[in-house]
Amino acid sequence: MDSNVKVYSTPTCPWCIRTKQFLKDNNIPFEDVDVSSNQQAAEEMIQKSGQMGVPVLDINGQIIVGFDKEKINSVLGL
Amino acid sequence: MVDLIIIGAGPAGITASVYAARKKMNLLVISKDIGGQAAWSGDIENYTGYQFITGPDLTAKFQEHMRNYAIPLKEQETATLVKKTNDSLKVVTDKDTYEARAVIVASGKRSRELGVPGEKEFKNKGLTYCATCDGPLFADKDVAVIGGGNSALDAALQLMKIARHTYIINIMQALGGDPVMREKIERSQAITIFNNTQVSAVLGEKFVSGIRIRRQNKEEILPVQGVFVEIGLLPNSEFVQGVELNEHKEIKVNASNETSIPGIFAAGDVTDVPEKQIIIAAGEGSKAALSAFRYLAQHNF
Repeated sequence: MDSNVKVYSTPTCPWCIRTKQFLKDNNIPFEDVDVSSNQQAAEEMIQKSGQMGVPVLDINGQIIVGFDKEKINSVLGL
Repeated sequence: MVDLIIIGAGPAGITASVYAARKKMNLLVISKDIGGQAAWSGDIENYTGYQFITGPDLTAKFQEHMRNYAIPLKEQETATLVKKTNDSLKVVTDKDTYEARAVIVASGKRSRELGVPGEKEFKNKGLTYCATCDGPLFADKDVAVIGGGNSALDAALQLMKIARHTYIINIMQALGGDPVMREKIERSQAITIFNNTQVSAVLGEKFVSGIRIRRQNKEEILPVQGVFVEIGLLPNSEFVQGVELNEHKEIKVNASNETSIPGIFAAGDVTDVPEKQIIIAAGEGSKAALSAFRYLAQHNF
C-alpha cells in the first residue's frame, strides 16, 4: 500500500532524526518538511496538530505528534 | 534470564553496553530514548576528540558504536521497577518483565517542572523543555528562558540566533553557569536578563502569549510567544526499590559504581557522582560495566 507521508521537523531535534531514521529503516518514502526554514510550513504544522512540538507526521491525513513508534506502525500497517 | 540489563541509553548506558558487549556478556539495554540529555544538547565543545560537535551528532556517533556490536535494545520502554529477588534481579517496564543477574541503572535525569498555572496546558503550545528541538519554531518571536544555570544559558545562546528577542528569567541574583557562555550572553543585544525574578503563571489562549513575572516586588506581564523551561533536573531514581539515595535523590555509588544493593550498579547523572558531564557519564558507564563483569565472574555466572 502506498502511503503519503510527510514529516514536519527541525534539523536539530533528536526525535525528528529518530523518526526519519525509523521510516528509512522500514523503506517508507516520506517528504521531509523543515519547519525551521519554512515559516509557512511551520504554520501549517501548528494548524494541523494544534501544537508546536516537533516532529509531526502526516500519514494520509492522519496526524501523529512525536516519535510514537507504535502509532506509526499501526497507521502504516507495519 | 540475561547476565546484565542496562537501563538507559544516554552516554553512560551506551558506553556501558559497548564495554559489556566487548566482554561478551549476554545483555539487554532498555531505554525510553537514545542519547538522553546529550541528544538535547546544543553545541558540545568539551568532549575530547571533538573540538566541536552537536548533541544530536554525538548521539548518532554513540548509536553507531552501539550498533556495531549488535547490542539488543528495547527502545521506547520505561523501567518502572527494579527489585532484588532471592537469586536475581527483576526489572519491570511499562511493557514487560525481565530477569537479570546484574543491572546497571543509567537512567539519567529529567527536566524539573516550574509548577505554576498554565505550565501543563501550554506544554508544546509555546512552552517547551527543549530549546534544541523546538527553538527553530520561534523565528522572529519574543521568547523567555526560565532559569540561570548552564542549560538556561545554552538555551538562550541557541535562541539568540533564532528569536527576535530573548529574555532570561532568573530567580537568583546573578547568572550561574560557565563564564564563557555568560560573557557571550551579557554581550548580546538580543538578550535581556531579569535577575531576582520569579515566574508565577504562563498565560495565553490557544498558545502562549505571555508570562506573569514578579520582580522588584511588582507583578507584571511579559508578552512572549515562547517559554523555555530550564530550571534544572531531577534524577530518574525512584523505580529502584530499596536503593540508597542522597538528599538530591541521586543513587549513591562508590568508586566502583556499586550501589547499596549487590548486583545493582549505577552510572552517570542518576548517581551522586560529582559533576554531570557527557564525558564523565561515559567514563562512569565503562566503569560500571567492568564492575558488573567482575561481580558476575566472582559469583560464577
